[in-house]
Amino acid sequence: MSASTTASSNSSISGSADPLTKDGQPLKRSLARALRREKLRALFLIAPLLIFILISFVLPIGDMLFRSVENKIVEDTLPGTVRALASWDADSGELPDEAVFAALADDMMLAQEVKIHTRLGSRLNYDQPGISSVFRKSGRKIKALDNETAQAGFIAIDPAWDTPDAWTALRSMAAWPGKFAATAQSWKNWEAWYLSEEKEALDPTTTVPHGFTYAALYHDLASMPASDITALANSKNTTAVALFKQLAGKIDTIGNDDFKAQFADIDKGWADIDNWQAIQRLSPRIVDSYFLAAIDAERTSEGIEQKPDNERLYLKLFVRTIFMSLIITGSCILLGYPVAYLLANLSVRASNMVLILVLLPFWTSLLVRTSAWKVLLQQQGVINDLLVWAGVINEAGRLVMINNMTGTIIAMTHILLPFMILPLFSVMKTISPTYMRAAKSMGASDSLAFWRVYFPNTVPGIGAGSILVFILSIGYYITPELVGGTTGVFISNRIAYHISSSLNWGLAAALGSILLILVLALYWTYDRIVGIDNVKLG
Amino acid sequence: MNATAQTSTEVRGAAVRFDHVQKSYDGITLVVKDLNLDIAPGEFVTMLGPSGSGKTTCLMMLAGFEPATHGEIFLNDKPINNVPPRKRGIGMVFQNYALFPHMSVAENLAFPLEIRKLGKSERDAKVKRALDMVELGAFGNRRPAQLSGGQQQRVAVARALVFDPDLVLMDEPLGALDKQLREQMQYEIKHIHESLGVSVVYVTHDQTEALTMSDRVAVFQDGVIQQLSSPDALYESPQNSFVAQFIGENNKLSGKVTARNGNLCSLTLDDGTQVEAEAVNIGEPGTRSTISLRPERIELQPSESRDNVVDGVVKEVLYLGDHLRIVMSVAGNDEFIVKVPNGGRNTVPVEGEVYKLGWSAIDAKALDPVT
Repeated sequence: MSASTTASSNSSISGSADPLTKDGQPLKRSLARALRREKLRALFLIAPLLIFILISFVLPIGDMLFRSVENKIVEDTLPGTVRALASWDADSGELPDEAVFAALADDMMLAQEVKIHTRLGSRLNYDQPGISSVFRKSGRKIKALDNETAQAGFIAIDPAWDTPDAWTALRSMAAWPGKFAATAQSWKNWEAWYLSEEKEALDPTTTVPHGFTYAALYHDLASMPASDITALANSKNTTAVALFKQLAGKIDTIGNDDFKAQFADIDKGWADIDNWQAIQRLSPRIVDSYFLAAIDAERTSEGIEQKPDNERLYLKLFVRTIFMSLIITGSCILLGYPVAYLLANLSVRASNMVLILVLLPFWTSLLVRTSAWKVLLQQQGVINDLLVWAGVINEAGRLVMINNMTGTIIAMTHILLPFMILPLFSVMKTISPTYMRAAKSMGASDSLAFWRVYFPNTVPGIGAGSILVFILSIGYYITPELVGGTTGVFISNRIAYHISSSLNWGLAAALGSILLILVLALYWTYDRIVGIDNVKLG
Repeated sequence: MNATAQTSTEVRGAAVRFDHVQKSYDGITLVVKDLNLDIAPGEFVTMLGPSGSGKTTCLMMLAGFEPATHGEIFLNDKPINNVPPRKRGIGMVFQNYALFPHMSVAENLAFPLEIRKLGKSERDAKVKRALDMVELGAFGNRRPAQLSGGQQQRVAVARALVFDPDLVLMDEPLGALDKQLREQMQYEIKHIHESLGVSVVYVTHDQTEALTMSDRVAVFQDGVIQQLSSPDALYESPQNSFVAQFIGENNKLSGKVTARNGNLCSLTLDDGTQVEAEAVNIGEPGTRSTISLRPERIELQPSESRDNVVDGVVKEVLYLGDHLRIVMSVAGNDEFIVKVPNGGRNTVPVEGEVYKLGWSAIDAKALDPVT
């Protein structure tokens, strides 16, 4: 092509350059512009639905799934403790130091005031059984803690520490949010406590904080090297300079209430390193503890481990759920295939009639249908009575067919059967009868023609039906709940239990997320093996 | 029988005989009424007729997919009424090809061979030969859906022939193709038939197809074979006006037979015109009859003297390139058609004018006696 090629001839030749329109614009951009209006219009039309789905579907489900890792409650309830505990070495074999207990006392003071300590106790109890009673007990007795030794010590060094001015000066220092982080946190707690107790915001020009804040200040100062305190004494704030000059070298004389011992007196749980390890483990705002619990694992000092056999529950339930869903899907194929074949090969009139029979269960309540199975299958039920009457079994040998796995499989196969029949039917309807005739004309017997010619063409229908039935059954709840007894319940029943009874929503969300991941993984596998394009849903 | 089939390969086709076969689906009406048909080995017989005439039912009875209500069908002199389709060994090409969509072209062809438990190498050789025969040797690995209609059609033919049946049935196999492809396939099927020497029973409603390909054509109407003869005989000497009308174009003139002399007869048309015609199928003098006359056998303004010369009024003239098609009003028939070949120097007839028309007595067939 020569360099003088015009735009129009350029656009007609698939060369290296992008094709152009007559006026020299890139063809792609022109096309995009021409289509943009259409696209915007289409978007505008579906916008209400999109927003509705987003608000009513995506957001709540996303929020629910996020709960499986979300864990604000520890840091929100015990902010000072979490901060102080960060530096504790959980494997040291020793309890956290006094500063942590001081922060705990401070945090608990506020927590019991606004009554959130029991909620935290319940949350921690999921991972550390027994800890909730520690929190409940501590909440009751927290007000009785001695906390004024540090305050008295400060005032003894310099009476100015008993004035609001001292605290105003301290809070205005540049080092306040950094070097005095524990004190600053304690001040916040104090403000919140004051608001809750006095029903009005505190006025920092007239009040000094309670003893816990002095204790926090003491621990902040005690943890600083002496040179830091000298440096503080050289700052620009005159009131502060005076205060810290007095303090220099005298920190050790301030003294401290022994919170560690006091807490151990309230409940010996506070002297249990395991409890502290649990609190530290659950300090982050995002934790994997729910997911670990959902797969029967726990985090110990040696890392993540499987729980002992007798405490395992969920993995077994997951395996059972998948296993039973597969059996249900299999039974639906076995029972649905002949019905779909019949539907596809009957006259239109007759097949409409059968179709109504297939759909009839949809028009009756799920509960009614499930209860009907109870009537049929129970030990004093119709089927057992008939078998006994016919002499197939004797009185003592009545079959247990309900409130176990068998009951769940029977009832759920019945309920999910239409979801297998309908896609199969729609696929079979499109298979021309001449295929079978052609196969027979070439010498194939009926069964050979069926397996080599008819059946392969129904695989897309089996695939679609199986995906529908399997996904529906893996998350099924109501039928296993009603007829499953103890051996026939699904993972969903456990999720429901955690949602409505134990109120452990995090675990419920984690179980639900695993279920979702499982289904997506199976779907992906199916796509790789069979190909999702091979699925005809109708 | 045609000569090429005998010279190129020995005739291996099967003989078919329908013996007083009747068929009813509902027990009230007969779809096929007393069918008697003999098909010689290696013959290409076409069942031609409008839809609902019973031709496909006959084919399905022969294939074994529909049982005969009465009568017996013989294949190579053996009755096959109780033989299931798979044991009849008949190749079949279906209307929509019925290629198995989940198998490749080669697998489709290998299917009947696998059933016959042929070894892998023999199977592959036969598949290759069959594909080469229909010039699709390179398409063995394609799926049927990846082929064009014409290619699918050829695969269907190859599949029907790959297991060397003595008899091949074809049920309107070219119905879904466009005109040009259909004509090309007609020749291909004919050549395949000639080179293999198998018997073919072919069902169609397209008369051109029937005329081009067949050794003999059976024209069906109302479950009865109206006429069974070679294509030229069918066109030149139809036995009744249905056949005359169905095969090619045809003008009808009705009148009363006045006299019969040998194989000719005289008639008085309804407007009083006297004409001579060939007495193909007429009653006694005095009975009514219908004359069938091909439009291309009529001469406009006849130069020499003809057996019949009548006047006609031109109503419409259509220019069709190779010929002129003139609609005229002749002896009470307002849709009388005359085809004038385009010789280049014709004067175009003027609408509304009266012209003379002439034709030979043997081109006018007196049919359909009414007593």
